[in-house]
Amino acid sequence: MREEINNGAAIAKAAPNPSFVKLASVWKKLRRSYSAMIGGGLVLIFILIAYVGPYFTPYGPREQNVINKLALPSSEHLLGTDHLGRDIFSRIIHGMSITLEVGFVSVVIGLIIGVFLGIIAGYYGGRIDTIIMRFMDILLAFPGILLAMAIVSVLGPAIVNVIIAVGIFSVPVFARIVRGSTLAVRKLEYIDAIRSLGASDARIIFKHILPNVTSPLIVQATLSVATSILTASGLSFLGLGAQPPTPEWGAMLSDGRAYMYDSAHVATIPGVAIVIVVLAFNLFGDGLRDALDPKMKN
Amino acid sequence: MVKPTDILKEEPILEVRNLQTSFFTEKFEVKAVDGVNFAVPKGKTLGIVGESGSGKSITSLSILRLIQNPGKIIGGEILFKGENLLDKSEAQMRRVRGNEISMIFQEPMTSLNPVYTVGQQISESYRIHQNIGKKEAMLRSIDMLKLVGIPSPEQRVKQYPHELSGGMRQRVMIAMALACDPELLIADEPTTALDVTIQAQILELMKELQQRLGMSIVMITHDLGVVAETCDYVAVMYMGKVVEYAKVADLFKNPKHPYTVGLLNSLPRHDIDLGDEELTVIKGSVPSPDNMPKGCRFAPRCPFASEICVEQLPDLEQSEDGNQIRCWIYTDEWDGDPEVKVNG
Repeated sequence: MREEINNGAAIAKAAPNPSFVKLASVWKKLRRSYSAMIGGGLVLIFILIAYVGPYFTPYGPREQNVINKLALPSSEHLLGTDHLGRDIFSRIIHGMSITLEVGFVSVVIGLIIGVFLGIIAGYYGGRIDTIIMRFMDILLAFPGILLAMAIVSVLGPAIVNVIIAVGIFSVPVFARIVRGSTLAVRKLEYIDAIRSLGASDARIIFKHILPNVTSPLIVQATLSVATSILTASGLSFLGLGAQPPTPEWGAMLSDGRAYMYDSAHVATIPGVAIVIVVLAFNLFGDGLRDALDPKMKN
Repeated sequence: MVKPTDILKEEPILEVRNLQTSFFTEKFEVKAVDGVNFAVPKGKTLGIVGESGSGKSITSLSILRLIQNPGKIIGGEILFKGENLLDKSEAQMRRVRGNEISMIFQEPMTSLNPVYTVGQQISESYRIHQNIGKKEAMLRSIDMLKLVGIPSPEQRVKQYPHELSGGMRQRVMIAMALACDPELLIADEPTTALDVTIQAQILELMKELQQRLGMSIVMITHDLGVVAETCDYVAVMYMGKVVEYAKVADLFKNPKHPYTVGLLNSLPRHDIDLGDEELTVIKGSVPSPDNMPKGCRFAPRCPFASEICVEQLPDLEQSEDGNQIRCWIYTDEWDGDPEVKVNG
């Protein structure tokens, strides 16, 4: 009985009309949405900064000037210096690529595993579905940061392990979404039609169901990048992620924590940087959702 | 016990013997198809008629073994060219589907994948069964579209399903199903969702293609008009059982089973003026499958039902004109009015 209720909810939540949304019309709707344009624009700018910016920073990210430590923002040091006299502006710019890479790579890991598990669960149903989805429920029952901490503490503190941990932590979200959409799509007549032509399960799943469940995924992936960045920064803040002297924002925030009373900018600036990046991804994701949802016309 | 092939003048291409398909819920078993027998003659058309829930679609899905959980084929034989499809492995079955037996579905609006062009979808048939490249498959798809009468096929192959009308989509479905030149086509209510004018065109097309390609057709429908127009033989189904299996001309001229008679009487006819009288209806409704009548499934609604009908299920028996019928009235055990006239 409980299973039935779950299924019903999943079908209702899945893409109501998993039809092909034309790229041109998506772009048209995106352009009309302020949040999508601002968010998307910022994301593009951040990517540009992350890969071009490091060549133009006034100082190196590890360049110390102990005499001029904890300096306030000035014309010499745009955002001041930290406790070792390193230029915060340069470190923020150098840290941008780490932040984005952690966000993207972990989401890609979560996406691939989650989509695979979700589509298998939704397509085959029955016991396979129960096993996979209960396992996902267990993962979801842990608070995200706690789960990631547990994984990192097993694998050891390093940025690569943070990416893996955050990736695993985003698996269940994708699995659930894909399972729901798959349940809706596999009941449609064109799946019966292609099966009656002799298509194998693999062909049906990857060639005929997968393209029809992508639009909710794109939205979730964008929003997940934001969550992943937050979690990864959190891990680094706790000393489980990037190790000093890597200019990772969470680690920088952690370093600055000790000087909160006298030199608040050392901790505040990396924090604000995280907020802005996360906000940009969330804005973009919301805008994308509006553009890709066929129910929201105009 | 009569054999389904007894009635045919032609060689059978498909013979279904005592097919049983059930759906299992936690509490009980629903016998959707319960001992169905029929045979499809080579190059001819068999119609399967019945109202909703009579098991006709489940029968067609069972033939291709496309029944999914919680449904299961629990017994019988499906002999295609002498081989029992129920003995085949899933991989062998995939080679049968689309290649030797194809199927078209009721709803042309949802039977095509919205993310692929028409050409890509017809190509799927070739890509699954024949080892040919994309370009070659696309060229053959254009030929198929030409065959099913779609104008300017070179442009149409590049269109998406949502750009086509219902009739066009049904033609595309037919093209997909016939791409690999199957010997048997199962059409599950192919015209139900279409306008009357388009219905006629699609039926005409199917008849023409049948003559051209020499395939056999199983036409599943609830429309006796479609049966009269396209079929050579017809099996009337009621609650998972075949109640009458006859040559089409015989069925319309001299229907025997009270259910068939009821179906025919509920149709408007142009040769009889009813005046102010209303069309006759079959009284009552189909019993729910968890409350199956013990005797003849039709007994609760049958105007002629007597004691034996309520108590015991009749067998499918041969009648004097060579057709097959499941009704006590035509047997020696009949305990009702001996002078009863079902179609008087």
